[in-house]
Amino acid sequence: MANENNKKQPSGPIAITGELTIYTALELKDTLLDGLAASEELELDLSGVGEFDAAGLQLLVMVKQQATVLGKILRFTGHSPVVLELLDLSGLAGFFGDPLLIVKPIREGKSI
Amino acid sequence: MIPDEYLQTFVVECRELLEQMEEALLIVEQAAEDPEIINAIFRAAHTIKGSAGMFGIDHIVVFTHAAESVLDRVRSGDLAMNSILAALFIEAHDHLKELIGHVAEGNQPPEETDNHGKRLIMQLEAYLHGTAAEQPGDSSEMPTVQHAKLEREQSDTVVSSELWHLSLRFGPEVFRNGMDPFSFVRCLSSLGSIEELVTIIDAIPPAEQMDPETCYLGFEISFNSEADKLAIDNIFNFVRSDCFIRILPPHSKASEYQRLIQELPEQEMRLGEILVKCGTLTPEELDNILRIQSEHGDNPQRPIGEVLVEQQLVSPPVIEAALKKQQQVKDNKKSEASLIRVDAEKLDELINLVGELIIAGAGTNLIARRAGMADLMESTATLSRLVEEVRDSALALRMVQIGATFNRFTRVVRDVSKELGKNIDLIISGADTELDKTVVEKIGDPLTHLVRNSMDHGIESAELRISRGKPAKGVLKLNAYHDAGSIVIEVSDDGGGLNKDKILGKAIERGLVSEGAALTDKEIYNLIFEAGFSTADTVSNLSGRGVGMDVVKRNIQALRGTVDLNSIEGQGSTIRIRLPLTLAIIDGFIVGVGNAAYVIPLDMVVECVELRAWASNEDDGQYLNLRGEVLPYRRLRDHFAVEGDMVQRENVVVVRYGERKAGLVVDKLMGEFQTVIKPLSKLFKSEKSIGGFTILGSGEVALIVDVPGLMEQIEHDREVAEMTIVAAAK
Repeated sequence: MANENNKKQPSGPIAITGELTIYTALELKDTLLDGLAASEELELDLSGVGEFDAAGLQLLVMVKQQATVLGKILRFTGHSPVVLELLDLSGLAGFFGDPLLIVKPIREGKSI
Repeated sequence: MIPDEYLQTFVVECRELLEQMEEALLIVEQAAEDPEIINAIFRAAHTIKGSAGMFGIDHIVVFTHAAESVLDRVRSGDLAMNSILAALFIEAHDHLKELIGHVAEGNQPPEETDNHGKRLIMQLEAYLHGTAAEQPGDSSEMPTVQHAKLEREQSDTVVSSELWHLSLRFGPEVFRNGMDPFSFVRCLSSLGSIEELVTIIDAIPPAEQMDPETCYLGFEISFNSEADKLAIDNIFNFVRSDCFIRILPPHSKASEYQRLIQELPEQEMRLGEILVKCGTLTPEELDNILRIQSEHGDNPQRPIGEVLVEQQLVSPPVIEAALKKQQQVKDNKKSEASLIRVDAEKLDELINLVGELIIAGAGTNLIARRAGMADLMESTATLSRLVEEVRDSALALRMVQIGATFNRFTRVVRDVSKELGKNIDLIISGADTELDKTVVEKIGDPLTHLVRNSMDHGIESAELRISRGKPAKGVLKLNAYHDAGSIVIEVSDDGGGLNKDKILGKAIERGLVSEGAALTDKEIYNLIFEAGFSTADTVSNLSGRGVGMDVVKRNIQALRGTVDLNSIEGQGSTIRIRLPLTLAIIDGFIVGVGNAAYVIPLDMVVECVELRAWASNEDDGQYLNLRGEVLPYRRLRDHFAVEGDMVQRENVVVVRYGERKAGLVVDKLMGEFQTVIKPLSKLFKSEKSIGGFTILGSGEVALIVDVPGLMEQIEHDREVAEMTIVAAAK
């Protein structure tokens, strides 16, 4: 697992690669919240996520909620197959409101 | 830091689980898949992962996680378990065992092991991303439920939905226990189809307070399935303890939904919306339920089976099957609960105390006899009988069946035959023979060596076997039985047997025997137990380095056992290990020599005769003619250099050990005595003819004669004497 965090460009996407699971949740929480704090508009690239579990999902929900609280824009892009599968299973795709299966996001959807 | 005792328990448990896993894997590798066995493997992996997670032993968690994921797919029917996969899992099992070994020793695994683990994880993960081999035909196997007209109490309204409703709120520890809530959802889809699933994220706290390793999730699921409630319920067995789980069957009463809504932590309206969204309730039904909120559904609780039958949702036979299964589960739990893990040291302490009790009892008995009080003698007799029983059951606590040790060799035989490219069957008999736990623990290594040796050198290659007119498949037998107070373990093969000339040649070459010495077949065969002896032409990975057989012999002798070998050339060989049943207490036979008392293990005593009646020729003082049998004898008085006057009537105690007999000449026969063996200090280690000492009821010390050691010494002395005679003659 490796996180490429481009802090010099505040709007640059954060790519999560490898595991987004209980094993990495603790680390990623800080990475994601730092990323969110650093910019007004954050994009999380999920294309490199190889493993995704409920802890990972829960983490994304938390970040999304935090973004809403802070009035910032958070987008998830490039959902890898494992992410898509779990989003579909959990029925939370609507909550995130991101366009799925599309590499380049057009606009942030509305969350409940 | 984890307290050592917990870690110890962890290691012990893991080892047990690994043993079960290995056993199951070996079965799976041989035969077609059985869901029960796959489940057993999964459970083992799962539990290890869970407890390793609790201790924060990350590398084990990561590794077991990979294995578990694959197993999960096998379990859900996505993957077929075949011999290749089973072999991979056996390798994974070995790796895990090594990791646990490192945990037990308190060190980190070396890099090499790490890399091996990573390679295995990669291999395992390859299975994860592979395409689904086959979808399970589960739904067809599920008991079919007849939809019938529903007759119910009029007072309670019934919801119209045809779907099950499941409310799940996972406990905070679920992630840390190594479980993923979605795996249950996936499991659920094997029983039917999930119509609608709403993930409850309301419990996730704001960013600052959220612990990413705590589970805040819940599910509301409407589920279309013809499975019975038990089957659905069983899915959640692993998380039942710390999770909120409610399962409502189709057409449940409105009041039950009402209770559910009350029990759930979320707000009523939100829940109601979710239930409507799930398609479980129609908006009207929800309205009704919320309106009758105040009225409590106070129906008496009845077994779910009864309710189901009454509602004509499930047919009685289905219930019966379910109940039977439940009973089985209960029975299993019962047998699990009747086992207690006891520290071996406590057991030793108990046995030691029982030993003291025996000594005290014997003392009382002696005093009673001296005082001639009949009443007291009677009561001490009862007492000693009871103490004897206590002793037996205390010793039985330490007794374990040798089967578990034997079963381990299934694996050894499998591995070694693969390595050697030979086809070998293992036949185990006498697995229920019991012996002392200490002995069992210590016999493993020597046995492994013997088994490997038999497979490597004993059993020939398939071609050679066929040319010798034997079946291509070799047979290795492990057998155990009780015999004359000892346990005998046999390792036999149907291989080529030992080559006498070759052994003799080698022995002469190594200077172990002098040329021209007349040796019996047996003596020749047993030469292979001498140090530095190997007849293998090539040194293989397994054996043939010339170390080994002598180590085997030493190990067995350290357990007060013996080992010998029989062989028929071309037909195979049998190695027989003879071990004492226990190391702590024996039935002894007390004899007196001069003023001292000696104890001879009763198991070895054959009979007692008067010396003069049989030894007609006193001159040579070495042999007596016992009913036509030549019996060597030895005066204990001479042997232990006891001073004092000779008695008129000397007695001979005839002892037998294995196939050898000898006579021990003593002054007095004093009868049976339960003997607690106390070890002698290291100072007396070189004295082979004494095995320990004990304290008699009178408080006197008696030495315990080590019969095998004494016999050896007699023989050795005789050899020396003969050599001197030969030398003198020259």
